[in-house]
Amino acid sequence: MRKLTVPISEDTIRDLTVGEPVSLSGVIATGRDAAHKYMIETFIKTGGQPPASEENVYAALQTVLRDGVIYHCGPVVQQQNGTWSFVAAGPTTSIREEPYQADVIEHFGLRAVIGKGGMGPKTLRACQDFGAVYLHAIGGAASLIARSVKEVIAVHKMAFGVPEAFWIIRVEDFPAVVTMDSHGSSLHQQIKERSSARLDDLLR
Amino acid sequence: MTQDLTDAFVELIRRASTQLPADMEQAIRDARENEEPGSAAQGALDTIIQNVELARANATPICQDTGTPIFEIHYPPGVSTRQLADQIRRACAIATERAYLRPNAVNSLTGENSGDNTGIDFPTMHFTEWDDDGIQVDLLLKGGGCENVSTQYKLPDAGLGAGRDLEGVRRVVLDAVNQAQGLGCAPGVLGIAVGGDRGASYIKSKQQLLRPLEDNNSEPELAALEEQILAEGNELGIGPMGFGGSTTLLGVKIGTMHRLPASYFVSIAYMCWANRRASMRIVGEDISYA
Repeated sequence: MRKLTVPISEDTIRDLTVGEPVSLSGVIATGRDAAHKYMIETFIKTGGQPPASEENVYAALQTVLRDGVIYHCGPVVQQQNGTWSFVAAGPTTSIREEPYQADVIEHFGLRAVIGKGGMGPKTLRACQDFGAVYLHAIGGAASLIARSVKEVIAVHKMAFGVPEAFWIIRVEDFPAVVTMDSHGSSLHQQIKERSSARLDDLLR
Repeated sequence: MTQDLTDAFVELIRRASTQLPADMEQAIRDARENEEPGSAAQGALDTIIQNVELARANATPICQDTGTPIFEIHYPPGVSTRQLADQIRRACAIATERAYLRPNAVNSLTGENSGDNTGIDFPTMHFTEWDDDGIQVDLLLKGGGCENVSTQYKLPDAGLGAGRDLEGVRRVVLDAVNQAQGLGCAPGVLGIAVGGDRGASYIKSKQQLLRPLEDNNSEPELAALEEQILAEGNELGIGPMGFGGSTTLLGVKIGTMHRLPASYFVSIAYMCWANRRASMRIVGEDISYA
């Protein structure tokens, strides 16, 4: 199993191919539906000139996401004595971020997106153009993945609600599989082509 | 009935969220043996099995998406369903505080998360009076990812060559499985309803998910179709998480309803491998869980 440490270099990413299992360590950010919409509207459409109220979040995200990783996840969290911890933290379905993901990869210089179910052609293209991969976590394996979250460093935009906020977390040995690489290959595309051909046979 | 069952409902939620039913776990373990050693499919199932063990041991949610809580309640004459509904709502809030449930109820108008899993028509509750003198509560935690790939067909469907018969049902269901790919967290279980109006049909399809995997359909034609769709669905090779592999489905359950002459709906409730269901029976002071 390949070990990846954040920040990840473009060379390391270009060396990965679909089907390869990886184990990821370092500081990453969660972000899902509300977070992606917000990033596009607040940072990207404004050409990197967000309103003053959002500048702190922008700076924090730029630090984490440059050569970094975003995780499509809405966790179950617990707060004890003022400290947050992750209780359950599996991936959510990524395809909902398809309209936004490519622009976020480009703008922030992301190297990997973690989620489940894979993404579409626009994201695959961005992976090629900017040197990024899609990492598939095991859907539903929430208690196990939460154990790889060693520390909650910060939370931004709590107003979005617990599942939708940006959680900045330090992970160790987070397990995933490369299912979209930076060479234009998507395991999801391959499997769908095969299953659709089989379906045609079954319905003949 | 003046008994306050709030604590019992909290315990039911805890069990549903943190303990995968034994039949589901066994099916996943069996599936693991059928995948190629060292494959991504087998790796996914290994991770799932480890996660199921960990969640049970630590009483943490199997999946962070603790879903829509769907309560099916059967009660004897004389029980106040309004009181039960209040207790269920209170139990959802307590279970959220204890992190058995993620805050999962979002106001569709304002986008605000209520923070405690209660809201407009949330959680889902269906009450049915029966002759039995006990109360039976079945709870399903229905995740959002698999809900998004659940679907409904209106037969005939020319594109799929599906007419208004069981062969038509077979064709649209296999299409739904192919459309879903791994997005519903395969390997999944299908609850299928044939007939009804659109709304009733969807409810019925979810109720099918409460049947244990080993439950055989009492209708021989439907039992045969359940087995056929299970086998053919697996032939599609979508595999765990859509990584490719021999296990795409773990179970298929079909129910039928009367329909209008004009309508023939087939509703498919796709349930992820984390088919979280738990039951509770209350007779007098006795409360038992299953």
